[in-house]
Formats: sequence, structure tokens, C-alpha cells
Amino acid sequence: MKFGIIVFPGSNCDADCLHVMKNVMKQESEYIWHQESDLSAYDAIILPGGFSYGDYLRTGAIARFSPIMSAVVDYARQGGLVIGICNGFQILLEVGLLPGAMLRNRSLKFICDTVNLKVRQANTPFSNKLEEGQIIQVPIAHGEGNYYCDEKTLQELNDNKQIIFTYCGPEGEESLEYNPNGSLANIAGICNEKGNVLGMMPHPERCSEAVLGGTDGYKIFASMLNYLEEVGR
Amino acid sequence: MFKAIIYVTLKEGVLDPQGEAVKKSLHVLNYEGVDEVRIGKFIEVWLKSQDEETARRELEDMSDKLLANPVIEDYRVELMEVV
Repeated sequence: MKFGIIVFPGSNCDADCLHVMKNVMKQESEYIWHQESDLSAYDAIILPGGFSYGDYLRTGAIARFSPIMSAVVDYARQGGLVIGICNGFQILLEVGLLPGAMLRNRSLKFICDTVNLKVRQANTPFSNKLEEGQIIQVPIAHGEGNYYCDEKTLQELNDNKQIIFTYCGPEGEESLEYNPNGSLANIAGICNEKGNVLGMMPHPERCSEAVLGGTDGYKIFASMLNYLEEVGR
Repeated sequence: MFKAIIYVTLKEGVLDPQGEAVKKSLHVLNYEGVDEVRIGKFIEVWLKSQDEETARRELEDMSDKLLANPVIEDYRVELMEVV
């Protein structure tokens, strides 16, 4: 499979994603500069983390008008797999592929930590190698990961089973105590209604090899591969 | 030439962590009467436009598209003609 990793000015997890896809997942992978506009060669797209355009105005607000983003929107509407990690998630929210918005962390601090996530849905292209209710450990590193949406949207996310990952305690407690940033309903990752676009604040590319201290992130990329191999693009 | 001031504020009901922190800080400074603090953005835009109505329409368009995020923010445009 061929993965495309989009590079905006200020992306800084692009190399990590490329390394994981190429050297760990053994897939053909390449960078796509944000000025490009053709995604037809790719089986899946990764929007990596970082600080696109210095987070000016709002996180992701300027990146969403990069030429590549119209192509990403079309790609997603046609059912292509898109995963947005951290700043990638923020961009997906700004461009409207996912509902809601990000606010500053409740603590106002940039948080760099490893957190427990509960897998809420395993029946998705991004989590089929995980089990529902499973608790995984994935690093976070963000200042604006405090997910917000209105009540109606939250209801829809729940009804359509679009909440894929939530922050939780070691026993799976989804309480405020284990909510690092103040996210509504402890939301760490959501997908669109169709299920082919995922946004998540935690960084699976930082825990895809044992040498880095964990392999739970590997299972997210392995899920995407599994889905692509079974269903095709 | 027109000059616009755009005030971007968090919608009512959206938690403002910055405002909360500043409020606590003001309480520490003994301003106990402070009930609420909300922080927003103040944006100045200078633009050429054929008339005020067009300018206002353009500014609202820019605000909807980029300057504010309608999911969490409201905005208000003040417009004046400048030489």
C-alpha cells in the first residue's frame, strides 16, 4: 500500500510518520508538500502533528486553506482513508471533515505525557486490530487538545459510534481525574460518520516500536493496513 | 480605504480556560468583585473596497471563513472609512 504524509510549513511529526510507515510497517510512503493537489496515487493519507503556520490565529486554521486540503476533502468524500494526528486532527476540525473544535487545554499548559486510552469502537478502519474496551498507552503532546462541540453534535457522535478513543485511568475510568486537557466526554479521537476519517490527539507514531517504549500505536496503523488489504481503497 | 475592527469572542457557554485563569489571578490580587473574565481577539483590517456595504460583506465573509471559528466563536465587525 502507498501512504502519503502531508507536510505543511511547521509540521514536525512528518518524519516520525514516514519512518513508521516505511521502516516499521514496510509500506511505500512519501511526503506530499502542501502545495500539491493530486492524491490519486495514495491508498491512505496521514496529516501529521506539529505547528502548521505557527498555530497562528487558531490551530489548523491557516493550514486548512493550503491547496492540498481541497484534495484531502475530495479524497475523504470519495471514501479514502485519512488519519489526522494532533495538529492533523486540529486541521481536520477546521476544514470541517470532523465536527467540533479545539480549545486551549484546561490547565493552559502544553502537556507531554503518556496516557491511557480506552478503545470505544473496534469496528473501524483504524481500530480493527484492537478490541472494544481495551486500554492502550499512547503519548500526547499538545497545548490545544481540549475537544469541544455542542450538545447536539455530542449526541450524534455517541449515536453514530464516532467516538473511537477516550482518555481513561488504568482501569478504564473515564473520569475528570484522567482527562488530561478538559476534553468533552474525555474525547481523544473521533471519526466521521462514514468512518473513513479519524482525528486523534495522541501520537500512535511515537509508540509503534518496542525500542520507543510501546507498540500500541502500531496496532492503529496495522488496522489501516488490514482494512485496506481486505476492503481496498 | 476602510478600517475594520473585528472582535472575536468565545460563544456563550464555551469554557474559556484563559479567562478562568485570569479571573483566579485577579482574585489573588484581591479584586474579589470580579465575577467572570472572558478573553477574545481583537483584529484590525485595512481594506480597499468600493463602498461600506461591500466592505462589510467582505469582512463578514472573511470572518466566517477564517478569522473566527463558528463552532466556538462569535464575531462583531466595526467599520470606519479612513483616508
